[in-house]
Amino acid sequence: MNYADIILIAPEISMALLASIIIIVDLFSSNKKLLAPLSLTGLLAPLCFCIMVRDNPSIGFNGTVKVDDFSVFFKYVIILATGLVILSSTTYAKRFDKHQGEYYSLILLSATGMMLLTSAIELITIYIALELTALPTAALAAFIREKKSAESGVKFLILSAVSSAVLLYGMVLIYGFTGTTYLSEIGTVIANHLSTSGQVTDNGILLFSVILITAGFGFKISAVPFQMWAPDVYEGAPTPITGFLSVASKAAGFAIILRILYTVFENETLSSDWASMMAVLSAISMSVGNLIAIKQNNIKRMLAYSTIAQAGYIMVGLAAMAGNTTLNTSGPVGILVYLAGYTFTNLAAFAVITAVSEDSGDDSIDSFAGLIKKSPTLAVIMTVSMISLIGIPPTIGFMAKIYLFGAAVETNLTWLAIVGVVNSVVSAYYYLRVVKTMFIDSPDEKHEIHPNLGVLSASVIAISGTVFFGFFPKPIIELARDAINTLIG
Amino acid sequence: MEIPGILSIAIFLPFISAVIVAVFLTGKAARGFAVIASALELVVTGYIFVAHRQNGYDFSERITSWFPDSFPVQYFLSVDGISAPLILLTGLLGIVAIFASWNITERTKEHFMWLLLLQGAVIGVFTSMDFLLFFLFWELELIPMFFLISIWGTGRKEYSAMKFLIFTILGSAFMLIGILVIFAGTGTFDMTRISEALPSSNLIMPVGILFLFMSIGFAVKLPVFPLHTWLPDAHTDAPTAASVMLAGVLLKMGGYGLLRVSAGMFPDQLEKYAWVLALLGVINIIYGAAITIRQTDLKRLIAYSSVSHMGFVLLGLSAMGGVTSHLAMTGAALQMFTHGTITGLLFLTIGFIYERTHTRHIPDLGGLARRMPIFTVSFVVAGLASLGLPGTSGFVSEITIFLGAFPAFKLATIIAAFGVVLTAAYILWMIQRSMFGPERERFAQIGDATAVQVIPIGLLIVSIIGVGIYPAFVSDVFTEGITQMLNMTGAN
Repeated sequence: MNYADIILIAPEISMALLASIIIIVDLFSSNKKLLAPLSLTGLLAPLCFCIMVRDNPSIGFNGTVKVDDFSVFFKYVIILATGLVILSSTTYAKRFDKHQGEYYSLILLSATGMMLLTSAIELITIYIALELTALPTAALAAFIREKKSAESGVKFLILSAVSSAVLLYGMVLIYGFTGTTYLSEIGTVIANHLSTSGQVTDNGILLFSVILITAGFGFKISAVPFQMWAPDVYEGAPTPITGFLSVASKAAGFAIILRILYTVFENETLSSDWASMMAVLSAISMSVGNLIAIKQNNIKRMLAYSTIAQAGYIMVGLAAMAGNTTLNTSGPVGILVYLAGYTFTNLAAFAVITAVSEDSGDDSIDSFAGLIKKSPTLAVIMTVSMISLIGIPPTIGFMAKIYLFGAAVETNLTWLAIVGVVNSVVSAYYYLRVVKTMFIDSPDEKHEIHPNLGVLSASVIAISGTVFFGFFPKPIIELARDAINTLIG
Repeated sequence: MEIPGILSIAIFLPFISAVIVAVFLTGKAARGFAVIASALELVVTGYIFVAHRQNGYDFSERITSWFPDSFPVQYFLSVDGISAPLILLTGLLGIVAIFASWNITERTKEHFMWLLLLQGAVIGVFTSMDFLLFFLFWELELIPMFFLISIWGTGRKEYSAMKFLIFTILGSAFMLIGILVIFAGTGTFDMTRISEALPSSNLIMPVGILFLFMSIGFAVKLPVFPLHTWLPDAHTDAPTAASVMLAGVLLKMGGYGLLRVSAGMFPDQLEKYAWVLALLGVINIIYGAAITIRQTDLKRLIAYSSVSHMGFVLLGLSAMGGVTSHLAMTGAALQMFTHGTITGLLFLTIGFIYERTHTRHIPDLGGLARRMPIFTVSFVVAGLASLGLPGTSGFVSEITIFLGAFPAFKLATIIAAFGVVLTAAYILWMIQRSMFGPERERFAQIGDATAVQVIPIGLLIVSIIGVGIYPAFVSDVFTEGITQMLNMTGAN
């Protein structure tokens, strides 16, 4: 370990330091109002370090951590998500009274884990980063100290442990097979092995480990059939945390899946197998998520199922990886574009939900009735965000979906693209139900909602991103393309 | 003089006006501003049409740096003979729709905002020459219409709005797959290059299926039997302005797509399945007309008559490949234009009458002619044009289609001609029962059109009679566009 290594993970270090500073300030200061602005300003440090390390990509810590355009792209997304979540928590967190410091620092710690995860290129490091991500999130999910929230936290903790165990088992199998924990070496060993034996079926163990690893990460990204936790946890957790889970956690999950699949299992004989597995999972995820979302009456539960469906759309990009002899890049590029867009879109929605539930005290879709009269700004923001989730222009959701489905068509997965577009139609029904409730139903009580500055600015920033990149997606696409090029090399 | 960027102005003038209305204005100020904006838009679209007609300008605009090179979506706008009249139609009905909503009191500014957004999106559809841009505008039009129906509609408005949206979006979902498949095969979204590139490209699905995918999206919009069921609901429950736009220009997007994409890019497929088109066209015409006769709600009646009239567009397209295909397709295109103005006027008049009588149920109406002579005149003119009376634009387009389609499908054309008889029956019966007959006591107090309402009625009557007397004003442009398209596809 030397100076260069420290610089390499400076974003993570500064993020962890920030978390500690928040706790210390919380300990000595009785003015809790300072915490959110402090966290937000503090986020500039990891952001600056990200921009700094992006210029000289390298590997450090004895080959366990790699900083490249790919990991930096995800770090941007995670920092963005963290910032928006903290911003929309400013009023919400007041209910935690003396524990506000812990709340913010747990978010920051979890973000640290996610950022580390995107850089990790060694199995044990990956595992540690993953646990660092999960444990603070479990605590955050249980933060409200009432029955539902506690259930949410415990459920997340247990299922996350189970999925980690499954993941570990997959990693152990790989280690047993190749004798190394470094992703690049594992990739080489597997490639050599396959070039001599030529058949995967002889080595069911490889495929089995792919399946176990997919299962482990499938939990993170809440893909069917590993989605069971999502609705309950989403419903019980504090609203901003639900947003955080649905966006940042998912981004980190996809980052590490892409990293592993590309560096370890990119081999053609293997990739055709896992690509078809991803295709099937993707189709099931979006169908199940969308169909169940239709009958939800709680907005957070609805968005939980929507997030499962969205995971399905994103997995189209994983499935579209293979198919040609040369690996196709538009699939993974589409994933990155979609995740960035989803971050803006979904966090805008959750910021609005935070503001509305603050007022109404519950999370039912009915509490949105007549929002256009109570607060036109929030209603318009929510509408744009729903439209983006459906994939209707002029939003980033539209552009990202086109990109992903285009990748599917390019790789001969037209059937999957068809499943995708039909699912978008189904999803239009329940997303527009929210819009309809806001614009047409009359509010139960006549008063106005005045969202506070934090949550309002969070939603405005998020929706501006959604619309701006809906018109001009080029910057995101180019960043994503650079990222994928460094990943595939 | 060719004004550069005029197409962008035509698209963004309504958009920007909508934003201004939404952010700065309320009530009557919003209405006044919307009138000015749509009048300007009419001038712009009129200029585009006339300049194209006189000088053949195509006003091309192209920005290629919008997307990365690997995904070459361009901001590419252009007009040709097929789109220029439809752009004019959109400008015309745009201002009519604004006048039609003159008396909206509930959430006024929102109403005008959505109308302007809708108009901009439709202009975008007709001017885009990049396939993805085309699709973007195609989808963009959904949300304004959804809100227009579900907020200001009547009856089961929310159900109808959702049905409209789900049907259209399902159709466009398949269209999107088609666009992506075409891109995967040809490597371009440029609509002017696809028809050349397509035959030699390596498609990942049979071209017949691709043709079907593309056409379904347009067929829903037109609408083609059996995908038409959203239309009567949406039309009946929509507010007047939305009905005018829906029947006047939104259906034309379907016909435009069939012409531009199905015929322009897949001429062989269209020729191969021409009999299907002819068959569906005849079903549309006869089935639509037969159902129309049974309707007692004025708006529902006109809605079903639209299904019938759009059947003529299909019949015109089915002559593809034959010696008279130019004629038939010009007729089809002209039918879209004339139906837009005629049905626009019908819905407009019905909307105004409904404002006064508060009922659209035909048996409850009657004897209105003496109370409201202006509305009666406009209703009669539109009705007679709708049944194809010589001297009105409806006659010109239908006779052209018959002449063009007859050599290709004799039996189908003969059957379709009976549709005209049915049309005459329901139109005359409708006018007779609703406007004439003994005066009713409860309508004794109602009055005729106000000065403001005369403006849109006058605009549409002039265009109906004008095209009826001098059809070449519009049809020349269509003929030029269609000839150019057919030459390019080599189907000539």
